Amino acid sequence: MTTLAPPAVRGQEPTRSSGGRSGSVLVWMVLPAFVMFIFFGIIPLFGVIALSFATWNGITPDIQLSGLTSWTAALTNPNLPNALWVTFLIMGLSWLVQTPLSILLGTFMARQTRYRGFLAVLYFIPLLLSSAAIAITYKSLLDPNFGLGAGLGIEALNQNWLGQANLAIATLIFVVSWQFIPFHSLIYQGAVRQIPASMYEAAQIDGAGRVRQFFNITLPQLKYTIITSSTLMAVGSLTFFDLIWVLTAGGPGDATRALAVQMYQLGFQASLMGPASAIAVILVLVGVGLSLLLRRIGGRADQSQLEGA
Amino acid sequence: MKRRTLLTLSAGAAAGAALAACGNEGPGGGGSGSGSGGSASYWSLSGEPGQPYRQAAIDRFNKANPDSKITPTFFQNDAYKAKIKTALGANQAPTLIWGWGGGGLKSYVEAGQVEDLTDFFAKDAALKGKLLPGSFGAATVNGKIYAMPVETVQPIVLYYNKKIFDQVGVSAPQTYGDILDLIPKFNAKGIAPFSLAGQSRWTNMMWLEFMLDRNAGSEVFDNVFAGKAGAWSDPAVLDMLTKVQDLVKMNAFQKGFASTAADTNADQALLYTGKAAMMVHGSWSYGIQKANGGKFVPDGGLGWMNFPPIDGGKGDPSNTVGNPGQYLSLSSKASAADKETAKKFFSTVLVDDEEKAGWVKSGGVPVIANSESLFTGDDAQFQKDMSTIASNAKTFAQSWDQALSPTAAEVLLDNIAKLFQLQVSPQQWVDNMNGVIGK
Repeated sequence: MTTLAPPAVRGQEPTRSSGGRSGSVLVWMVLPAFVMFIFFGIIPLFGVIALSFATWNGITPDIQLSGLTSWTAALTNPNLPNALWVTFLIMGLSWLVQTPLSILLGTFMARQTRYRGFLAVLYFIPLLLSSAAIAITYKSLLDPNFGLGAGLGIEALNQNWLGQANLAIATLIFVVSWQFIPFHSLIYQGAVRQIPASMYEAAQIDGAGRVRQFFNITLPQLKYTIITSSTLMAVGSLTFFDLIWVLTAGGPGDATRALAVQMYQLGFQASLMGPASAIAVILVLVGVGLSLLLRRIGGRADQSQLEGA
Repeated sequence: MKRRTLLTLSAGAAAGAALAACGNEGPGGGGSGSGSGGSASYWSLSGEPGQPYRQAAIDRFNKANPDSKITPTFFQNDAYKAKIKTALGANQAPTLIWGWGGGGLKSYVEAGQVEDLTDFFAKDAALKGKLLPGSFGAATVNGKIYAMPVETVQPIVLYYNKKIFDQVGVSAPQTYGDILDLIPKFNAKGIAPFSLAGQSRWTNMMWLEFMLDRNAGSEVFDNVFAGKAGAWSDPAVLDMLTKVQDLVKMNAFQKGFASTAADTNADQALLYTGKAAMMVHGSWSYGIQKANGGKFVPDGGLGWMNFPPIDGGKGDPSNTVGNPGQYLSLSSKASAADKETAKKFFSTVLVDDEEKAGWVKSGGVPVIANSESLFTGDDAQFQKDMSTIASNAKTFAQSWDQALSPTAAEVLLDNIAKLFQLQVSPQQWVDNMNGVIGK
């Protein structure tokens, strides 16, 4: 599977360039990551592009070039429209749930309140767990026969969480949000702290309340952070595989079969590496396209946000 | 300047180490055998009831052959199916490849990944004679033997929880009609009539295998297997698919069956905890229920039978489906020394008395011949019944997903999952499946 390197979080603090010497050191410091990226990002990517024009069952030593056959097979696969729909549905819904909650939590954590440090650590815990572990845990908790609902005898909790199409999508969005909101909160926390206190002081003098300050200062100042965070969410949601695979395996039926799951099933279960690679290329194109689009929406990211501060 | 060299070196070393680590991640199919003996790697399935006996055979071999060493790695069922294919494609396959024979083995053979064992068995007639003749069918591709039958004969049977049947005051079903009568009775008591691990899909397939066989006999799938165009377009298939969807509509399966996975044995837990009354599952499930179900199996709580006949069906009620054995193939990429080690493993510990006794102890019927006399312990009745089902079956069909090619099997499993979700109609199912016949 090809993963895109997540775009670096752009810090808003202007970095001071200190002459040519540090520039060359910087090159050397970037090198290890760059080498890894070439070996595990770029080279496999070209391999996958080449494979998408070939026929291979994953076992035979020889790989036959076969032109557009794999692309035709992937694009005419009756399961493709549903996989695309599920992918974008998960992307959209998880963005809608995660963004407001992350901004609010981030803003809250950025303030110097009493339990902030403790709570921040608590919020951070889901980020430390692997997706597979999270999925196994939720799968057990939500099991309609052995899970929390059945165990505690709470009828409201005892739904067919993962066995019914719409509920399964909703459950998936919930677990994704639970896992990734901490990360995005952290990004927002950092960004909120970069907003100069003088802006809030000025607003206070002008008589603006908390809510007004949030909408007129915090949110506009977070514009680029929202773009960054949304890019990470949108592109990241394309690669949700482990979570879906362990939670539902794409089921019930094909209700949660996103493109990444479809790719895996074609490649590793149906032994059709060509069409699976074609889907991988589609995923890459969609990911790159989304990143570019979000950057375009955000305008020039190197523009200063602090004018007039 | 000095500092820069250091940086370069350390960066290079780090990247090099990381790359090297990746390259060596596989268990090393090549396995450079130190000394005279080979060092074969062996991949198989983890979990009860099989893993301890697989491990025991390897331990016996390593003890008897200090020069050579077999190193096992165990995986969960569904994970293994993907892992072994990836390893074969990457030339990182283990020396000994565990499998189910049939279509999967055929794809390895076509890729030239497994060793032809025909001569090996021809030279060692005594070895071949020690194994049940019926177990060689799924090991044979184009008239040549590519795998050694091992472990147990596994027909799929209908299990039921006797305690629950007593509690509800009903008796075991004799016909499919009885099953249909039982479903509302269990539902009324809040007990799921059947336990089914629907997320794993091959579990749903076991239902279809029996429903088709009892309705139409074994010919329909034989035609599919032979690649005859339109082989699924038999009215009996439509009838069988409609019956399956009727079962789903009657709530014959537990709540949330589509999200129950077989790899965690949750389906069997439903049966032995009394949350479900019946289950269609392979004979290996007996060992799992015995190992995990506490006193359920020893106290006689578990009942079993061959899948009952369907009224008006054409199929022979003695027919069964399942795994005629498990199979160990030899990687053609392994070194000569490793192959020798593996063959020695085949001809010694895999057919010795301890192996036979071990699999009997696991609750199974060994593929090693003349094991009936060992059926004396707590599991004797089950083993005798499985042995009878397997030997009396007019047709012992192989599991569909193992008999077909991986490509056709994936479409089959996908459509079966959708059928159970009522996402496709019986007619759509037939059309979709006819589209991949012979692929």
